[in-house]
Amino acid sequence: MKERKLILEDGSVYHGRGFGSDVYRIGELVFNTGMSGYQEVLSDLSYCGQIVMMTYPMVGNYGINRDDFESIDPAVFGFVVKECCEAPSNFRCDMSLDEFLKLKHIPGIQGIDTRSLTKKLRTSGTMRCIMADADADEKEIVKKLNESDILHNQVEMVSIKKPFPIPARGKKVVLMDFGAKHGIIRELTERKCDLTVVPFDTSAEAILALRPDGVMLSNGPGDPKDVPKAIDTIRELIGKLPIFGICLGHQLISLACGANTVKLKFGHRGCNHPVINLSDGKVEMTSQNHGYAVEEDSLANTDLVVTHRALNDQSVEGVRHVKYPVFSVQYHPEASPGPEDANYLFDEFMNLMERERGVR
Amino acid sequence: MAKREDIKKIMVIGSGPIVIGQAAEFDYAGSQACQALREEGYEVILINSNPATIMTDTAVADKVYIEPLTLEFASRIIYKERPDAILGSLGGQTGLNLVVELAQSGILDEYHVEVLGTDLEAINKAEDRELFRKLMYDIHEPVPESEIVHTIEEALAFADDIGYPLVVRPAYTLGGTGGGFADNEEELREITDNGLKLSPVHQCLIERSISGFKEIEYEVMRDHHDNAIVVCNMENIDPVGIHTGDSMVVAPVQTLSDREHQMLRNASLKIIRALKICGGCNVQLALDPTSFHYYVIEVNPRVSRSSALASKATGYPIAKLAAKIAVGMTLDEIINPITNTSYACFEPALDYIVTKLPRFAFDKFPNADRRLGTQMKATGEVMSIGRNFEESFLKAIRSLEMKCDHIQSKELSGYTKEQLWDTVLKNDDLRIYAIADLLRKGESLLQIHEKTMIDLFFLHKLQHILNLEQKMKTSVGNMEILKKLKTYGFADSYIARNWNMTEKELYDLRQQHHIVPVYKMVDTCAAEFTSATPYFYSTYEEENESVRSDRKKVIVLGSGPIRIGQGVEFDYATVHCVMTLRECGYEAIVINNNPETVSTDFSISDKLYFEPLTIEDVMHIVDLEQPLGVIVQFGGQTAINLADKLVERGVKILGTSLEDIDRAEDRHEFETMLHKLEILQPQGETAVEVEEAVRIANRIGYPVLVRPSYVLGGRAMEIVHNDDELRIYMATAVKEISHDAPILVDKYIVGKEIEIDAIADGEHVYIPGIMEHIERAGVHSGDSISVYPPQIISQKVKDTIVDYAIRIGKGFRFIGLYNIQFIVDKQERVYVLEVNPRSSRTVPFLSKITGVPMSHVATRCVLGHSLQEQGYPEGIREESGRCFVKAPVFSFAKLRSVDTTLGPEMKSTGEALGGDVTLEKALYKALVASGVKVPLHGNVLVTIADEDKEEALAIARRFSNIGYGIYATPGTAQYLHEHGIYVRTVGKINDESDKNVLDIIRRGRVNYVINTMSINKDVAEDGFMIRRVSAENNISCFTSLDTANAILRVVEAQSFTSISMNELEE
Repeated sequence: MKERKLILEDGSVYHGRGFGSDVYRIGELVFNTGMSGYQEVLSDLSYCGQIVMMTYPMVGNYGINRDDFESIDPAVFGFVVKECCEAPSNFRCDMSLDEFLKLKHIPGIQGIDTRSLTKKLRTSGTMRCIMADADADEKEIVKKLNESDILHNQVEMVSIKKPFPIPARGKKVVLMDFGAKHGIIRELTERKCDLTVVPFDTSAEAILALRPDGVMLSNGPGDPKDVPKAIDTIRELIGKLPIFGICLGHQLISLACGANTVKLKFGHRGCNHPVINLSDGKVEMTSQNHGYAVEEDSLANTDLVVTHRALNDQSVEGVRHVKYPVFSVQYHPEASPGPEDANYLFDEFMNLMERERGVR
Repeated sequence: MAKREDIKKIMVIGSGPIVIGQAAEFDYAGSQACQALREEGYEVILINSNPATIMTDTAVADKVYIEPLTLEFASRIIYKERPDAILGSLGGQTGLNLVVELAQSGILDEYHVEVLGTDLEAINKAEDRELFRKLMYDIHEPVPESEIVHTIEEALAFADDIGYPLVVRPAYTLGGTGGGFADNEEELREITDNGLKLSPVHQCLIERSISGFKEIEYEVMRDHHDNAIVVCNMENIDPVGIHTGDSMVVAPVQTLSDREHQMLRNASLKIIRALKICGGCNVQLALDPTSFHYYVIEVNPRVSRSSALASKATGYPIAKLAAKIAVGMTLDEIINPITNTSYACFEPALDYIVTKLPRFAFDKFPNADRRLGTQMKATGEVMSIGRNFEESFLKAIRSLEMKCDHIQSKELSGYTKEQLWDTVLKNDDLRIYAIADLLRKGESLLQIHEKTMIDLFFLHKLQHILNLEQKMKTSVGNMEILKKLKTYGFADSYIARNWNMTEKELYDLRQQHHIVPVYKMVDTCAAEFTSATPYFYSTYEEENESVRSDRKKVIVLGSGPIRIGQGVEFDYATVHCVMTLRECGYEAIVINNNPETVSTDFSISDKLYFEPLTIEDVMHIVDLEQPLGVIVQFGGQTAINLADKLVERGVKILGTSLEDIDRAEDRHEFETMLHKLEILQPQGETAVEVEEAVRIANRIGYPVLVRPSYVLGGRAMEIVHNDDELRIYMATAVKEISHDAPILVDKYIVGKEIEIDAIADGEHVYIPGIMEHIERAGVHSGDSISVYPPQIISQKVKDTIVDYAIRIGKGFRFIGLYNIQFIVDKQERVYVLEVNPRSSRTVPFLSKITGVPMSHVATRCVLGHSLQEQGYPEGIREESGRCFVKAPVFSFAKLRSVDTTLGPEMKSTGEALGGDVTLEKALYKALVASGVKVPLHGNVLVTIADEDKEEALAIARRFSNIGYGIYATPGTAQYLHEHGIYVRTVGKINDESDKNVLDIIRRGRVNYVINTMSINKDVAEDGFMIRRVSAENNISCFTSLDTANAILRVVEAQSFTSISMNELEE
C-alpha cells in the first residue's frame, strides 16, 4: 500500500499508508468513538464535508454489507483509521472497507497514531485537513488549507432534489430531508407511516398541501444557520401540525423558535453519550453526531423547554414546545449505529400525531 | 436516589478459599466493595475464610472475621454483630449460596437483616434452570430448546419439532459419559439408546446444539432506578463449547457488525431488567455465525471472573459501583472514578484491544486430561492490551510464563499433521499453537475454520503473524522489518533467536534505532475527555502518555497469572509492599498482567503498567521511569527469575541482592553456605546417570527423595523406597538425564516439617512465628495442614529453629522477607530443607495471625529502615495464646485424571484459616472452611497399603470407638478383623457386584476415605480409581494418615466414647 500523509491546518503532518480512493479533498477532521458501526458512520450524510477518524484502532473487521447503509452515496470526504482490516469476516460481508472506499471515491489513511491525533483535536478543536501523497509539498498544502473556505452548502449537496413517496397505509408523514439517515425512514416505515420525502427547501405551503399528520425533520450536515429557508419553513409549520426533529432538525426547530446555536469545540460523535430524560429521571445511552448545539441561555425567551439533558455537562439534548405539538432531540433515536435506548421517541411521535388528530 | 440512611451496619460475605472457577477476582471485588461501602460511611463487617487476601486485612473492614463460610459460623457472627443488612453478591457463588442458606434458615428475618443488592428471587430466577427458562420464554429471549426424554421415541419426536443438530446428555453419568452430537435420525437413535442405558435413571436431556456458535459476553449493570448499561462486551475466540474461563477472549467484540452488537446489547439489558438485578451481571450469549439467530446461554447475577476482567479491560470498577448500587445509589449520581468529572452512567469506549488467555496447571499435572470443555480447568489468567490483535495476543502469550514467547510450543515440536489435528480437534489447551503449526505445515485457513469454527477473522490474524515470521527469517538485521515485527507484538527473545543474536543484543540494536514502545493510557473514553488514570500499556506508536515524574520511585514486580504454587498470596504481599512505598513517600510503580488481582487495580499504586513480566517489557519501563531500583521479592518466582537479567542490565535490585538470592537458589552455593553456618541439611548428591543414582541412594540409604535439578517447586519429585522404584522413576518420570540435567538424590528424613517466615534488615532478624505441619515430611508444604503455634515440637527444637533462622538471615545477608522449611527427626535433629529468599505462600497467614504486617515491615527494611527502628527486636515474637490452623483446598473434582495423593508435588489451589482457643476447635473450623464435612457419626472406608497397616489399625479403632462404621477392602478388612475391629468388607474395584468399593463411594455410604498409596503397581491403579471417584463425588479422601489423625482429633473432641465395662476390665 502506498504511503500517504494527513496534513492539518496547524501544519502538523501524520504519516501513514493510503487505502480507498486517492481523490483528496479538504475537510474538517472529526473523531468518532464508536467501537462498531463504521459502515453507518461512513454513509451518514451528516458527515458531508468532514474527514472522519475512528478512535477504535481496528476498523473494517466485518467488512461492508448491503444492509447497513444510512445513505446511498456517502458524503464523507475521507476516513482515518489506525488499522484497516484486510481480511474482514462476517456472514453478511460483501466487500472490504478498502474496496468500498475505492468504489465511492473516498480516500483513507491508516497506520497513524489516532489516539494522539484525537487528543490534539480534543485540545485544539476540529481542524481542516487533507490527505496527500508521500511526496507532496507540505508547506504549500498547509497554506492552501488555511486559505480554504468552510463549506456552507452541505445540506444542499446531500438533500434529495425531488420529492418521492414511500407509501404505506398509516400516518401520513412528510420527511424533510436535510441528509436523512435511512434509520429514520426505517423507524417510521416500521410504524407503517405513509412517507413523503421532500427536499430541504420545500415550502411550508407545499408541505401542508400534502395534508400530512406530521412532519419529521431529519438530521443533516453542517451549520444549521446555513439553511435559513428551512428555518422559515419550520416557523410556518409550527402550530399547524406535529413536528419531530432529530439532530439538525432539532437545531432548526430551536432556531425557528428564536433560540441560538453554537459550534462546539470538537463535537459529540459516538455511541456512549448518557442523556437524562427529565420527565422520569432515567438515563438513556445515545448515539450522537453533532458539531453544533443549542445554546441553553438562548432558550429563555422562547416557547421551548428542555426535556433532555446530557448527564455529564448538563447541555441541552432535547426540547419541547410549550404550546404546540413540537419536540426534538439532539441525538439519534434511530441509532444506526449505536444503542437503541431512545427508540421510544418515535412512538411518542406516533402518539402525538394520533392525539392531534383527535384535537382537530 | 440517594444512599440508604436507614442502614448503618453491613455484613459482607467473601468467597472463601481459592478453587478453580473462583479465584483472586473475588479478593479484588470484595476489597473494592468494602472500600466503597466505608467511603459512604457504613460500618462493614466482613466474613471470609481465606487468609491470603487483601480483603481480610483489618484495614479493609471495620471488623474482619476469618471464619468458615457456613450457616453455623455466619449465624454466630449475625448474633454477635447484629448487622442491618447483608451483601453476598460480591462473594462469588459461595457468597450467594450462603445468603440464600441464611435466608432459608430464617435467621435473616429473625434478626431483621436485609439482603442488599440483587434480591433472592432474582438470584433464584437466574440460577434455577427451569425458572430461568420460563423467564426467558416470558420475555421472548431465546434459549436452546431442550427436553428430558426417557425413550428413543420421545427423542425423535423432539427432533421432529426443532430439527438437527442436537446434543444428547445422559443424566447422572460421570463427566457426561455417553453423550454426543447427533446430526440425523440414525445418530440420534444410536446415541440416545446408548445414553439411556448408561444413565442410572434412564434419562437423557436432548438439547439444540449450538456448538460452533460465537460465544459473546456482555457485562451489564443496573440500578434501582432501572438505569442499565453495558460496561464491556467480549468475544470468545473459541466458539461455544469451551468454558469461557478456559477460552481465549478478546474485548471488545471484533467480528460483530453494529446491528449484531445492538441486538445482543438489547437482549442483555432486557434480561438484567427482567431479573431486576441491582448491581453487576454477566450475560453469555451464543450467536449463529451465519445469521442473526442467537441464544441466551447463561446469566450470572453477580460480579464474576468476567466482571473483574471487564473492569481491568475498560478501567470501569464494576464491583465498587455494584456495592454503591446495593446501598441505594444510582448510576447517574455516582462519579466515574476514572475521569472524576463525569458520571458512572455511561458505556466505556475502548481504543485498544484486550486479550485474555487462561493459565492451566497441566505443567504440574502431566497426567491430567487436557481436553477443554464445559468444566473450567484454568487456575488463572493473563490479560494484555495492544493497539492491534497480533500485538495484544503475542503479549498475552508471553505473559503466561509457559516458557513460550511466540505462538509456537516446544511441547508440539516433532508432531505430525495428524497429531496436530488431533490436538486441535480434541480441544486440547495447546490447540492454538497446534493451529499455528498446521498453518506452518501448509493447511488452509478454510480447513481449520471448518473444523474448529474459529472465526476466519482470528485465523487471518494468525496467518498474518506467520507471514511476518517468514519476513523476519529472510530479513535478518532489517530495521524496517524489525519495527514492523515489534508493532505486531513479536518478542525480542523470539526475534533474537531467529537472528542469531542474544536478546540483549537485539534490545540494544533497537535502542540504537529508536525502536522503542510508547505508553498509552486506559481511560474509558478513547481520549475524548481528559483523564488522569495512572493505568498504562505499551505499544509501538508516536505519542508517549506516561510522563515520568521527578519523585523518587520504585518499581515493584507482580507475580503474573495465578497457578498452583504461586497464588493470590503473592499478590497480597505485592499490594502491601506498594502501599508501604507510598506511605514512605516513594512513587510506587507496579508491573503485572493478572486481571483478577488487587495489585492491578490502578488505584492501588501511583502507576500501573499492564504488561508481560519479561525482561524486555520490564526494561522498557525501567528505561522510561529511571527508578531507584526494582523490588523482586514479593512477586514470587516470576519476579525473582528476572533479577539476574535486570542486574546484568545495570538495574539495582532493592532488598536482598542478586548475589545473595543466588546463594540461596544455587544448590552448591547453598550447601557451602549452610556448611559454613554449621547447619544440617539432609544428605544428598547429584547423579548424571541411572546407576550412579542407585549407588548414591544405597550410600545414603533409602528412602530417598529424587527430582530433576531443573524443575522448581516440587515438580516431578518423588519419594522412592528401593532400587526397583528408583529405576522405575528414572525410566518414567525423568525425560532426560545428563550433565546439563542431573538428578538430585536426597535422603528422605521421616519427621516433622516446620516452616518459618522471617524478616531481616541485613543485620538483625525478626521471626513472627513458627508453623508446624500436621502431615509428615514428604507432603508439599503448600498441601499440608499448618498449625500455629507449634503443638508438638519441644522448646529445645524451637530454640534451634530460631537460632538457625537468625544464622541464615545474617549469613545470607537477607534484606526483606525469607522463608525456611525445616525437618525435625525423631532425635530432635533439625535439618534445613530449603531457603526461599522472597515472600512466601505463608506470609499473609502469618501476618494475620500474629498481627505483624510482614510485607510492610520487610518493605521498610528494603528501604533502609532497621527492624529496631520499627520496634522489632531480634528473635521470635512471643507465641499467641490462640491456635490457628491453615488447611489446603483442592480443585480435584475439576481436574480430571489427576491423582489426588498428596506428595512432594503441590496440588492445592487455595487455603482456609481456622482460629480458636484450642487446636481441635481451630482444626474443626479450618477443615469445615476448606470444604471437609466433619459429621459426628458416619462411616469411613479404609484401604491401606501393607506398610501402613499397623498405624492405620489405631486410627480405625479410634473411629470405631466413637461409633463410626468401618468399611474396608478385603486385605485391609482382614487385617482389621484379625485385630478385633468390626468391619464391613467391600469388593475390589473390578468386583462385579454392586457392592464394590467404588459403588460404596459413589452412593455416598461413607463420609471419609482413608487411602494410602501402595508401592505395589498392581494395586496402584485401584488406589487411583478410589481417589478419583472420591474426588468426583465430593467425598473427602485422606492419603496421609496424619490428616486422618487430625480429623479424628476433631471428631473425638466433640464425641463421647462408649466402651463397655467388659472392655475396661480387660
